[in-house]
Amino acid sequence: MSTTSLQPPPPASAPHYVRFLVPLAFFVLLVAVLAVGIKHSPEVGVIQSPLVGKAAPAWQLPMLTDSGRAFGSRDLRGQWYVLNVWGTWCPTCREEHETLLQISRSTRVPIIGIDWNDDDTEAMTYLAKLGNPYGTVTVDHDGRAAIDWGVYAAPETFLVDPHGMVVYKQIGAMTPDVWRREFAPRLPGGLAAGS
Amino acid sequence: MLPELGHFALILALLLAGLQAFFGIAGPALGRDRWVAATIPAVAGQFVMVATGMGCLSASFINFDFSVRYVAENSNSALPLFYRVAALWGAHEGSLLLWIFLLACWTLAVAIGSTRLPPRFSARVLGVLGVVSFGFLLFTLVTSNPFLRIEPPPPDGIDLNPLLQDPGLATHPPILYTGYVGLAVAFAFAGAAMLEGRLDQLWARWTRPWTTAAWAFLTCGITLGSWWSYYTLGWGGYWAWDPVENASFMPWLVATALIHSLAVTDKRGLFKSWTLLLAIVGFSLSLIGTFLVRSGVTVSVHSFAADPSRGIAILIFLIAVIGSALTLYAWRAPLLRSEAGFELTARESFLLFNNILLVIAAACVFGGTMAPLIAQALHQPPLSVGPPYFRPTFLLPVVPLLALLAVGIHANWKRGRLAERRGPILVTFCIAAAIGTAVVLGAFGGRHLLAIVGLGLGVWIMLSSLVDPLDRLRRGLSLSRAVLGMSIAHIGLGVAVIALTAVESYTVERDVALGVGDTAHVGGYDFRFLGTRPVEGPNYSAIRAQVYVSRHGRPIVTLYPEKREYWVRRTTGTVAGIKNRYGTDIFIAMGDDLGAGRWSMRAQIRPLVTLLWLGPMLMAFGGLCAITDRRYRLAREATPASEPLRGAKEHTA
Repeated sequence: MSTTSLQPPPPASAPHYVRFLVPLAFFVLLVAVLAVGIKHSPEVGVIQSPLVGKAAPAWQLPMLTDSGRAFGSRDLRGQWYVLNVWGTWCPTCREEHETLLQISRSTRVPIIGIDWNDDDTEAMTYLAKLGNPYGTVTVDHDGRAAIDWGVYAAPETFLVDPHGMVVYKQIGAMTPDVWRREFAPRLPGGLAAGS
Repeated sequence: MLPELGHFALILALLLAGLQAFFGIAGPALGRDRWVAATIPAVAGQFVMVATGMGCLSASFINFDFSVRYVAENSNSALPLFYRVAALWGAHEGSLLLWIFLLACWTLAVAIGSTRLPPRFSARVLGVLGVVSFGFLLFTLVTSNPFLRIEPPPPDGIDLNPLLQDPGLATHPPILYTGYVGLAVAFAFAGAAMLEGRLDQLWARWTRPWTTAAWAFLTCGITLGSWWSYYTLGWGGYWAWDPVENASFMPWLVATALIHSLAVTDKRGLFKSWTLLLAIVGFSLSLIGTFLVRSGVTVSVHSFAADPSRGIAILIFLIAVIGSALTLYAWRAPLLRSEAGFELTARESFLLFNNILLVIAAACVFGGTMAPLIAQALHQPPLSVGPPYFRPTFLLPVVPLLALLAVGIHANWKRGRLAERRGPILVTFCIAAAIGTAVVLGAFGGRHLLAIVGLGLGVWIMLSSLVDPLDRLRRGLSLSRAVLGMSIAHIGLGVAVIALTAVESYTVERDVALGVGDTAHVGGYDFRFLGTRPVEGPNYSAIRAQVYVSRHGRPIVTLYPEKREYWVRRTTGTVAGIKNRYGTDIFIAMGDDLGAGRWSMRAQIRPLVTLLWLGPMLMAFGGLCAITDRRYRLAREATPASEPLRGAKEHTA
């Protein structure tokens, strides 16, 4: 059995040591690539909606408060609006609710809700308890409108311009930061700043 | 209360992991034996705390505590108990906790199994494991805490990803992770050897069983994962060269190289610095694999978390662990010397080629997996790398590897004496070539050169693996568990090669549109669509088709493929109808409703697919068998003479 112990470095030539630095060099290179990859990851990781930059689907849904009346894209023509797809069953929607309330208080752009795949009574109790940020709430019982909008999971929030074009789509919770960074700059000054 | 208790337990575990790392590394370095002795209680304490954390999260899942955000996002009141338990590792946060828990288990096992090793050495091993555990716990607590609450709690949860609602899910991630995490042990042994500045054959003998165990779990986990995707994803694919699959395959290739390199270090005292490097690279790949998937740096069907801030934390952790290990390597490895030499035809050279080819194969997979990322970093147009790249590139090193195995297994250590073994080599080769050609031309038909090569190599490896054990039995020599395990593992590899060849060359696959009463002829079988009916599951509703399968007019089976819609997430899942007949899968999966009672369906005949799962399982079993060999136990009980006695002062560099 041969035992190798640490001995004073043998009089080896320089390349002998360089050889053992090769793995480290590779690793440094890999870290550089990963760092660049992470920097760009929002473009890679986030599912981009094919709707962005295109016309929003024509939609019409019954209203939560009055199921006899329909509301949809025709009523919103010519104005900016924020469309928020939510449900009482969705924890992240609860999380963003406070932010939506703040936005509705501080800006003048209407927030339209699509209550997706939900129970009407529960939805009304929910809004009565937590406050209602929506200008109008519509209900999508069979998920048809959600499919038209390409909704992958709730919540999702769209920004639609007066020509009916989808300008931006937020997947996941709306936060004050997202609003400041993505929504407000796209809106005309008067609307974003609010009253 | 339970989630807060779990959170608190994880914080305590973090502190204990820090102590374990500090005592384990600083104790031996400063020659303080009280510190050395303190690592064991730190390990035990950390294990208890991590297990408490796991228990708390499990309890929250089982008791439907939707006030816990992670529970609300990954389960639902309609989810059956079995999946509520498995949902724990259904997403990012829980997977990390599982990782940490398995690391704590391995660490405890190392602490228990190393009581006879020199205390300073085992303290260093535990210290390195403590560093890894500390990093993971810190990352989890800061960026991915599974115990966070939502206020007010939602009435119900979102449900577990339906893809994951399958028995395969419950088993494959924990086993795969056990393998991933087990490579940390080999890494820790390498780290301890570098910190100590000594690496001898005894070291290799201590490290081998742990590495082989991790490798066996990794083998099992990858196989189960492949089996799961084959049966659940619905389209009959068993390997897609998806980044997540590659992430598990790269460490496996390197671990395979490592167990062979360790064998050389153990038996002959050679390849020392190479073995160290493989141990570091193997674990690094398993870390990168864990994180590649989780950080969103590559796009994949499996990745559920895309969060750049996590990505940066991960990168810092990778730099800390891998960067410092490789720096230590660059500093210490040049001091390791191996004096012994060997002949070109000796077993050592075959294992050297084995290592080179396995590392090349791993590099090919790595290159393909990272290429899209590199293209992006260089501002090139998006690049997507798939099977057309991986298949040929991977075969290039693997075919010679298999051939070298079939020859090299006959070679002796030090002096190959291959000339004396010419008989068995030629006989096994001729039999294998004959069987391969006969099967391809006779049973399957068609003249595929690659199929003959594949089948021939598979049979050759199996026969060659049998020569040595049979020879020993004939001469009345004892057959050690190590040799037996090696033979079983190699036979398993032969089986897997045969199965892969058959499945790749002779699968018949057709997409058909069937109305009620229509028949499709696929691969000699007739599939007759008898109609559909709705069925209700515990948390889904489904459409179940009835397909009657016959061959030459004789009835074979009636299959019931399903298309499910899970209520809560409104997502669909496919469950294929599969009948296994003599190792061949008769497979039918439902596609889309084409209206008017017509459905698109995919019918497949996959020959020998059963062996595709059996082969790797044999390999894993062979590994586990080899671990139980007496020589590893004896090695643990032998204290090297150079080790200072307990309590004696040691001067370290």
